[in-house]
Amino acid sequence: MLLVCALRDPASVASLDARGWTALLAIARAEQLIGTLAHRLDGVMMPAAAARILADARASAVEQRRAALWEAEAARRALADVNAPIVLLKGAAFVAAELTAGKGRSIGDLDILVPRAAIEAVEHALLAAGWEWVKPDPYDDAYYRRWMHELPPLIHRERDRMIDVHHTILPLTARITPDAGAMIADSVALGNGLRVLSPEDMICHAAAHLFADGDLAGGLRNLWDIHCLIEEFGTASLATRAHHHGLWPAVSHAARQAHALYRTPIPESWRTQEGLDWLFRRRLLARDGWGRPTRALTRFGFYARSHWLRMPPAMLVRHLWTKWSKGYRPV
Amino acid sequence: MRHVFHVRIGPVGFRIGSDWRGPVAELERLYAGYPQPADGIPDFTVRLFAARPWRRWLRPAVTLGGDFVLPDAAPLPLAQGLLAAEMAMNLQMALGQRRYLLLHASAVERDGRAVLMTGLSGAGKSTLAALLAARGWRLMGDEFALIDPATGLVHAFPRLVSLKNAAIGAVGAALPRARFGPLLAGTPKGDIRHLVPDAEAVARMDRPAAPALILFPRFGFDAAERGLGPSEVFVRLTQASTNYVALGERGFAAMTRLVGKVPARAIDYPDAESGIAQVETLWNAL
Repeated sequence: MLLVCALRDPASVASLDARGWTALLAIARAEQLIGTLAHRLDGVMMPAAAARILADARASAVEQRRAALWEAEAARRALADVNAPIVLLKGAAFVAAELTAGKGRSIGDLDILVPRAAIEAVEHALLAAGWEWVKPDPYDDAYYRRWMHELPPLIHRERDRMIDVHHTILPLTARITPDAGAMIADSVALGNGLRVLSPEDMICHAAAHLFADGDLAGGLRNLWDIHCLIEEFGTASLATRAHHHGLWPAVSHAARQAHALYRTPIPESWRTQEGLDWLFRRRLLARDGWGRPTRALTRFGFYARSHWLRMPPAMLVRHLWTKWSKGYRPV
Repeated sequence: MRHVFHVRIGPVGFRIGSDWRGPVAELERLYAGYPQPADGIPDFTVRLFAARPWRRWLRPAVTLGGDFVLPDAAPLPLAQGLLAAEMAMNLQMALGQRRYLLLHASAVERDGRAVLMTGLSGAGKSTLAALLAARGWRLMGDEFALIDPATGLVHAFPRLVSLKNAAIGAVGAALPRARFGPLLAGTPKGDIRHLVPDAEAVARMDRPAAPALILFPRFGFDAAERGLGPSEVFVRLTQASTNYVALGERGFAAMTRLVGKVPARAIDYPDAESGIAQVETLWNAL
C-alpha cells in the first residue's frame, strides 16, 4: 500500500522516515515501478539519499526509453518489406506515442501486433535480420505455434533484445476472443511507419493482460498503465469497445481496481464493489518492505487461475503433465 | 527479515537481511569501522534467505536475493554465508548501479591521483592493490572503481578485499597485523579469505581521486610492459564495465573522457614483488 499511496498522492511521502523510504524504494524496484515513482515524486521534498536514488532511476528510464524506441525502429527496418501494419504494444507504444503511461516506465521486451495472415512473413524477415529463437524445447515451440497468441520469443543476437510478435492479444485457448482485426484496423499511425492501438484498445489490451491472462505478477504496474490511460483519454467510448471484444468484465474490473487503488476518475456507475475484488487487491499488494513476495497461498491461487483461464481442463491436465515430466516446477 | 545489517561503502549504502545470524555477525565484525547509509536510506537491499523453509536448518543453503538478482545463481552453504553476502552486494552494484560508470578494477591512490588496475579473474587486481596499500598507498577498492560521469573522478568502494588461493598467504605475509575474515575453503572460486581494508582506506573513502594511470596486469608471465592504443583501452574497459551499455550516452562520455585523458599500460609480472616494482616505476615516470 506504501507504493500505491506514494504514486496516488506524492505529497504523502512527507511522513516517511528512513525505514519507510527504504521499504518504498525496495517495493517500487520489485514492482518495476521505481522509474514511474521517480517521475511522480520529481520536485517533492525528500531526504537527499532518496532523491539521489530516484534521480538515478529517472536517468535509467530515459535510457530505457531511448533503447525501446531504437528497438522499435530496428523492427520497422527489418519489416519494411513486409506489406503489413506493425502495431507497437505496451511500453514501447506508450513512449512512442508520448503518453503519460510511458513516463519513467521500465520497458523490457518489444511487443508488436501484426495481422495473423502476415505472421509467417514477419517471422522470416526477423530471422533474416538477426533475431534468433530463445526456446530450444520442441514442446514449448509447438505449444506457442499452435495455441498461443504470439510467436515463440525471439532475441536479437547482437543487441540481446527480445521481441514478442503477437497476432492477437489473448491465447487462442482462452475463452475470450478479442477482435484483433478491428484492433489493427483502428490503430493509429505514428508518422514513422509504425502504429499504436487506439486509446480504447490500449485500455482493453492492458485490462485483458491484467485480468484475463497471467497471474497478476507485475500487476501494480499494469494497473498504473490503465490508470494513466483512463486519466489521459477518459472512458467515453470505452464500454462499447470493451463489449465488442468480450472484454467488458476485464475492463470494468480494471477500472474498479484502478479507482480503488489509484483514485482513477471513472463514471459513478462503474464504482461498484464486486464479490472477489478484495482478493485481487490482496494479490496485487502482496509485497513486504524487503521487496519480497508475500501471501504464498493467494499467489498460488492466482497462478492456478491463470492456467485455468488460459486453457480448457483436459488440455490443462495434458500440459501440466508434459511440463512436470520435463522437470518444470512452478514455485 | 530476522537479522539485519546496514553499512555504507564509499558512496553506496546497503541493507543486508539474513535468515541466519551467522553472516550478519561476520559482517558486523569485519565492517565494524564503517559508517551507516546516508540519511539511513540504503541504495540497495540484499537478502540472504532459505529458498525452502527446511533449508534454514537442514543442510542450510543461502540463496542470494535483493533488488537485483541473477535468475540462476546457485545457493551457497551457510559456512560460506559471508561470501554469499559479498557476492550479493557485488551483484547489486553490477546489475543496479546507475550513478557511476562501474569498472571491474582495483584502485589505489596517492596525492589525490589514482591507479586503476583491471584484468580477468586471477590477474592479480586484488593482490596488487592490497600490497600497494601495505606500502603507503590508499586502498580505494579491489573490485569496482566508480567513475563519476559528471566529474570524471574515481570514487572509492573499499569493500572487504577478496583474496583467493595463493594470494591469501602472500598478502598475509606482507600484512601481518591486518585483520582477516575466516578462511572459506572449497568455494566455487577456490579458497577465499577477506582482508579488512585499513583504517585510512575507510576514513578517507569519501574523497574521490583523479584517475592518473590505467593498468592491465597479468600474473604469471615474464616481466613485460607495453603501451596500448586508445581503441584497445576503450574496448577492454567497456568489457570490464557491467553498466556501460545501461548508462547510454553518459557512459560513453565518461568512458571516452577517461580513455582520452589517462595513460594506459599492460604489464606482465612473474611474482608480486616484481609487479609492485613495475607499478611504482610506471607511477614515478608519469
